[in-house]
Amino acid sequence: MAMTMTQKILAAHAGLDSVSAGQLIEVNLDLVMGNDVTSPVAIHEMQDKGFHEVFDRERIALVMDHFTPNKDIKSAENCKKVRTFAKDYGISNFFDVGQMGIEHALLPEKGLVISGDTVIGADSHTCTYGALGAFSTGVGSTDMAAGMISGKAWFKVPSAIRVKLTGKLQKYVTGKDVILHLIGQIGVDGARYRSLEFTGDGIASLSMDDRFCIANMAIECGAKNGIFPVDEKTLAYMQGRTSRKPVIFEADEDAPYDETVTIDLDTLKPTVAFPHLPENTHTVDSIDDIPIDQVVIGSCTNGRIEDMRAAASVLKGRKVAEGVRCIVIPATQTVYMQCIEEGLTQIFVKAGAIVSTPTCGPCLGGHMGILAAGERAVSTTNRNFVGRMGHPESEVYLASPYVAAASAVTGKISCPCELD
Amino acid sequence: MKIQGKVHKYGDHVDTDVIIPARYLNTAKPEELAAHCMEDIDKTFVEKVQKGDILVAGVNFGCGSSREHAPIAIKASGISCVIAKNFARIFYRNALNIGLPILECPQAGEEIAAGDEVEVDFDSGVITDRTTGKSYQAEPFPPFIQNIIAKGGLLASLK
Repeated sequence: MAMTMTQKILAAHAGLDSVSAGQLIEVNLDLVMGNDVTSPVAIHEMQDKGFHEVFDRERIALVMDHFTPNKDIKSAENCKKVRTFAKDYGISNFFDVGQMGIEHALLPEKGLVISGDTVIGADSHTCTYGALGAFSTGVGSTDMAAGMISGKAWFKVPSAIRVKLTGKLQKYVTGKDVILHLIGQIGVDGARYRSLEFTGDGIASLSMDDRFCIANMAIECGAKNGIFPVDEKTLAYMQGRTSRKPVIFEADEDAPYDETVTIDLDTLKPTVAFPHLPENTHTVDSIDDIPIDQVVIGSCTNGRIEDMRAAASVLKGRKVAEGVRCIVIPATQTVYMQCIEEGLTQIFVKAGAIVSTPTCGPCLGGHMGILAAGERAVSTTNRNFVGRMGHPESEVYLASPYVAAASAVTGKISCPCELD
Repeated sequence: MKIQGKVHKYGDHVDTDVIIPARYLNTAKPEELAAHCMEDIDKTFVEKVQKGDILVAGVNFGCGSSREHAPIAIKASGISCVIAKNFARIFYRNALNIGLPILECPQAGEEIAAGDEVEVDFDSGVITDRTTGKSYQAEPFPPFIQNIIAKGGLLASLK
């Protein structure tokens, strides 16, 4: 029976020849991930129920990224709990301040996820690794605990939407615009419980950072996962990061898809999602003046080196507008170092932006850039729900690093083409 | 098993950021989370909610983050069951995993009004609105989910 790419990966991990949509299966996991918000709950559950062993010390990753460097005493206690657990249980992939980065940028960078893997993470943006041709999905703390104990998770096999990408991205248009456009088209529940499988000749032109960004926001249309086929760029990315051998799965030619959505990259424009849902999308050239108070450039969606380069290309030799606070957050220590080596940090600081150590911080209203009532931010993050970045009466507009940086310069939501 | 309670009604796409804002995620203590449940869409929820009450909502309930703190907050606030037109998938798993019963029923999610007295029979999946007299049929839980609930959560069921 014909299968989608996702179904093939799940079947292989369930030890089955084939699976079909709706089937309940138990799969073996290659990696279980958690962070400083979700892991303490999982650890408490585990220990409370009397489990004192994990399935594999090498295949658990704990990343202290959300409220770190510890924003308050409670957050410090949470990190301490995870740190103690990692030490006591011999978890080798524990990433604390100094080594940590934002989990979904860090794990691929460290080679901890590769093509063909099945991964669960107690963070909704775990779907990011679909960019590598892996099946990965977000779960809660209890599923994480069960995964750490047993190395297994149960799933309902998803059906899929095929997203066919044609053409090539134009100047100032990025993976962020692709995914915002898609969410605008199908809605925040348009792919609920289903896979998004990206196909088409347009993929070849997308960088890995574009693909990570696109797969990252699959959850924002409700998808279980978003996945890309493995090509030369994928293999080149993994080169030197892992000693494991990637396993390449491909969808059958006659794989069953619920529907096909086609996106022409040639005609795609810089896009922004208005509050308070990521589906409220508009092209930047179609909107009125919207003055802003803050810009955030970073996160698991857009904190990678290409995002930093895009922002720096706009901010170079320019100044952040008066009255605007611009916060740049490289997603990992490696990206942070690259920013220094490539002179991007200097560009940001000269422009009047600040450059922070890696943290999820402002994206979820944790710390490092909380909004007051009535304030408005343009952010390269992934959610603009009510109260997401602070006060329930604040507003978040989601956009690419190009648009965010240009908006920082003009003080209103703008495309960099307005500055050319 | 049957439960009965008064309904609190919300719309579509109730996300986990409004169920429990991230500024409170530095704790996982159920009672501390419950004190802020639904705060960003309904400041009065915490004062109004009584033990045993039922939450009814539209589509995609619980969308957004994977925080298990969201169903924990709802359960600890006293809510005995969430009925929605449908649920976001991570929330669905999380709710069952911690033993918060949730039922998908589009018609009930549409018609049941705030303040109605509603009875839910988990064995049969029948939802009865005592205020209007109308009944709705939701899908009862399959056996393996019943087992998770009966054992008091996913981890307990692993033992």
